[in-house]
Amino acid sequence: MRNFLISTILATGLALPAAAQEAGGRLDIVVQPEPPSLMLGLVQNGPTQLVAGDIYESLLRYDTDLNPQPSLAESWEISDDALTYTFNLREGVKWHDGEDFNADDVVFSVDEFLRETHPRLRVSLEHVESVTALDDHTVEFKLKNPFGPFIGVFENGTMPMIPKHIYEGTDYANNPANNTPIGTGPFKFEEWNKGSYIHLVKNEDYYLEGKPYLDEVYYRVVPDAASRAVAFENGEVDVLPGGSVENWDVQRLTAMDGVCSTGQGWEYFAPHAMAWLNTREGPTANKDFRKALMYAMDREFVRDVIWNGFGKVATSPVSSKTNFYSDDTIMYDQDQDKAREHLEAAGYDGETVRILPLPYGETWQRWAEAMKQNLEEVGVNVELVATDVAGWNQKQSEWDFDIAFTYLYQYGDPALGVARSYLSSNIAKGSPWNNVAGYENPEVDAMFAEAAVAATPEERQEIYTKVQQTLVDDVPVAWLLEIEFPTIYRCEVKDLVTTAIGVNDGLRDAWVEK
Amino acid sequence: MMDFLKRFSRNKGALLGALILIVVVLLAVFAPLIYPDSPWKMVQRPFLTPFSTDGFPLGTDTLGRDVAAGLVHGARVSLIVGLVSTLVALLIGVPLGALAGFYGGLVDDGAMRFTEFFQTIPNFALAIVLVAILEPTLPTITLAIAIVSWPPVARLVRAEVLSLRNREFVDAARLAGLSNMRILFGHILPNAMSPIIVMASLMVATAILLESSLSFLGLGDPNIMSWGYMIGAARTVIRNAWWLSFIPGVAILLTVLALNLIGEGLNDALNPRLARKGR
Repeated sequence: MRNFLISTILATGLALPAAAQEAGGRLDIVVQPEPPSLMLGLVQNGPTQLVAGDIYESLLRYDTDLNPQPSLAESWEISDDALTYTFNLREGVKWHDGEDFNADDVVFSVDEFLRETHPRLRVSLEHVESVTALDDHTVEFKLKNPFGPFIGVFENGTMPMIPKHIYEGTDYANNPANNTPIGTGPFKFEEWNKGSYIHLVKNEDYYLEGKPYLDEVYYRVVPDAASRAVAFENGEVDVLPGGSVENWDVQRLTAMDGVCSTGQGWEYFAPHAMAWLNTREGPTANKDFRKALMYAMDREFVRDVIWNGFGKVATSPVSSKTNFYSDDTIMYDQDQDKAREHLEAAGYDGETVRILPLPYGETWQRWAEAMKQNLEEVGVNVELVATDVAGWNQKQSEWDFDIAFTYLYQYGDPALGVARSYLSSNIAKGSPWNNVAGYENPEVDAMFAEAAVAATPEERQEIYTKVQQTLVDDVPVAWLLEIEFPTIYRCEVKDLVTTAIGVNDGLRDAWVEK
Repeated sequence: MMDFLKRFSRNKGALLGALILIVVVLLAVFAPLIYPDSPWKMVQRPFLTPFSTDGFPLGTDTLGRDVAAGLVHGARVSLIVGLVSTLVALLIGVPLGALAGFYGGLVDDGAMRFTEFFQTIPNFALAIVLVAILEPTLPTITLAIAIVSWPPVARLVRAEVLSLRNREFVDAARLAGLSNMRILFGHILPNAMSPIIVMASLMVATAILLESSLSFLGLGDPNIMSWGYMIGAARTVIRNAWWLSFIPGVAILLTVLALNLIGEGLNDALNPRLARKGR
C-alpha cells in the first residue's frame, strides 16, 4: 500500500521534494554553426540564441503550450481594455557584474536598445505607445490598440534584457562589452576559444534558490555533421540540440543505450515546412491544380521515412503548436483519384512544373524527389531544379519557380509568424521571406488585420479559424510538415527541455543524475 | 579485320573487359524492358537489404526505391554521358590538333596556347565551375565533361600529325596535286587513328568517373538517376546501409575497369609491333 502511494505520487509528478535534483556536474552541448556573437540583443540567429539563452533573460518564459511563465517578471497584469500591460519585476536580481537589475533596464532595453537593433521585435513595438518604469520594480507597457500577440513577445530571443549601465549612450554594435556578455541569466560567460568551445559557468548569485544545478557548460563547436554524431557516440558531448545531426543519424543515435530524445522545445518557433505555389502564372495559378497537388502528396510517408517519424503533417497555415490553430478545415489526405479529378477540372495540359528544393542537405533533396514522384504518379510532369543556397534565395526573390520548398518559424502567434506569408501588402520582389507565392485576397488581408487587434482571444480564434478555412481552400501554399528537430541527450540529463524554446533557456532547470 | 580480332582476343584482360562492357550495354539498352517503371518510384519499405525480399535483389534505398532498377537505369546515363562527351571532345580536339600539327607556325602556336590554357586548370575544378554556371542538366554536364577532356586529344593528334606530315606518302599526295584538306583528312588522319581510338576508349572511362563525381557532389541532373547520384544520396546513411553506396560503386568500378582493359587490348591489337615482352 505504501509503495502504491509513493508510486502514485511520483506518477502524478506531485510533491516531488526539491532535493530530488542533484547539484553539480558539467554538460557538453554541440553548437552548430559557431555563433557570430553572443550579444543576444544584436544577433538573434539560432546558435546565438542557444548559447546566449543561458546568459540573458527576458521578462517571461513560455511552457511547451506557450503559456507565459514568470522569469524576470514575477507577475503581470493585462487591463480589461487590453491596452495596459503591467509587469512586477523580481527583486534582488543582479547583473553578472554585480549591479542591480531594475525597471530602468527594462525601459532601456525595449524602448532604446532593441527598438534600434531588433527588426522582428520592432514590428510588434509599432503597437506600443509607451514603456514606463512606475517604480524600481514595476514596468508598464501602454499600447495604441489591442494587440493579442503582445503577451508572446517577452521571450528571450525576442526581448532579451540588456544592462543599461553598460550600453546607455554607447555605440551598441561596437561596444567592447559585446565580447563579454553580461546578463542576468543562470550562467555567466567565462571563455570563448574560437573554433573550439564556449565555456559558461554557474551564476553563484542567481536569484532562484539552488539554481542552476550545473556547475559549468561547454558549448562545443564541431563543424561536420558526421563528426558531431561520433562526438556524441563516444561520450564527448552530452546533448545534440535539434538539427545538429542528419536525420538518418538520429535513428541510430536514439537507438543507443542510455540515450533519450524529445521533439519538444520548438513550440515557440514551430517550424512549418511548406512549398510556395506560384499563384501568378503557370499551372499553379489554377486553384484546382493546387488542390490536386495537395491530394497527390503522401505527406505521412515523408514524415515516417524522411523525418524518421518526427513531426506532424501540417493541415493548415497555422501550426498546431501555435496559438489559434484550427482543425476545422479541409483535410488533404493523399487521394490520387481526387487529385486526378482536380487536374482535369484545372484543364492541366501536361506543362512541366518546376520544383525548387531547399538546398539544406540530403533530407530536403530526398523530400523534393518524393514530391516529384507523387506528382508524376497522378500525371503531372515535374522537373527538379538544381540549386545552391544563393540560387534558391534568388529564384524565390525573383519569383522564378512553380513550387519552392521552404520552412518558416511561427513565433507562437499567427500575427507574428503566419500573416506575413499571405498578406498582399507583403508581396515584394527581393526577399524569400515575404508573401513569395504572390497570393492576393482582400478578404484574407482584412481578416488578418482584424484578428491582430481584436480584443479577446475568443474573437481572435473566431477570425483565425475563418482565415484558415479560406486559406486551406485556396491553397496558395502547400503545407507539408510541422517539423520537429529532436533534441538528443543522455538520459542522465534531466529537465533539459521544459520550455517552448527548449535547450535555449532549458539549462536553468537542467540537472544531471549521478 | 580478322587479324585485328585475333590480336585483340590474345589479350585475356581485354576479352574480360569486352564481356563486362557488353553486359552493361545490354542492361542499359534493355533497361526500359527490365524495369519499365521509373527508377525513382518508391516501391517498397526503405532500407531493405539485398537478397532479403523477392523482387528486390539489391534491396531498396533511403526512400524505398528499387536499387536494381536504379542501377540498370543508371547504366544508361553513365554510358550516354561517357560516349557523347567523348565524341564531342574528339570533335573539338581532333581538328584542332590536326590543324596545329599540319600547318605549324602561328596556327600551331595559337592552337597550343589555347589548349594549354585549358590544361592549366584542373579538370575536375573546371567541370564543377562549368556545371555550376550552366545549371546541371544532362546536356550541360556532358558538355562540361567534353570541354575538360579535349586538350589531351588535341596534343596527341598534333604529335601524330607532326610525325606523319613529312612521310613519303604525304609528299606523294602533295605531288599528285591534292589539296591540303584532302591530304590532312584523307591521308594523314586515317593513319593516326589507332592511338586516337585507344585514347577515346580511356576517355569514356574518365568521363563516366567525372559524371559520377559530379553527381556525387550533388551537381548531377536531379531528374536523372545515375550511379554517382546513388552513391552521393547514400553517403549520409553509410553507417546504417553501406550497401547502398557499395553497389553502384562496384558498378562504376567494373565499367571503368572494363573500358581500361579494352583500351589496353585495342592498343595491343592496333600496334602489333609494340607487342609487349613476356607474351
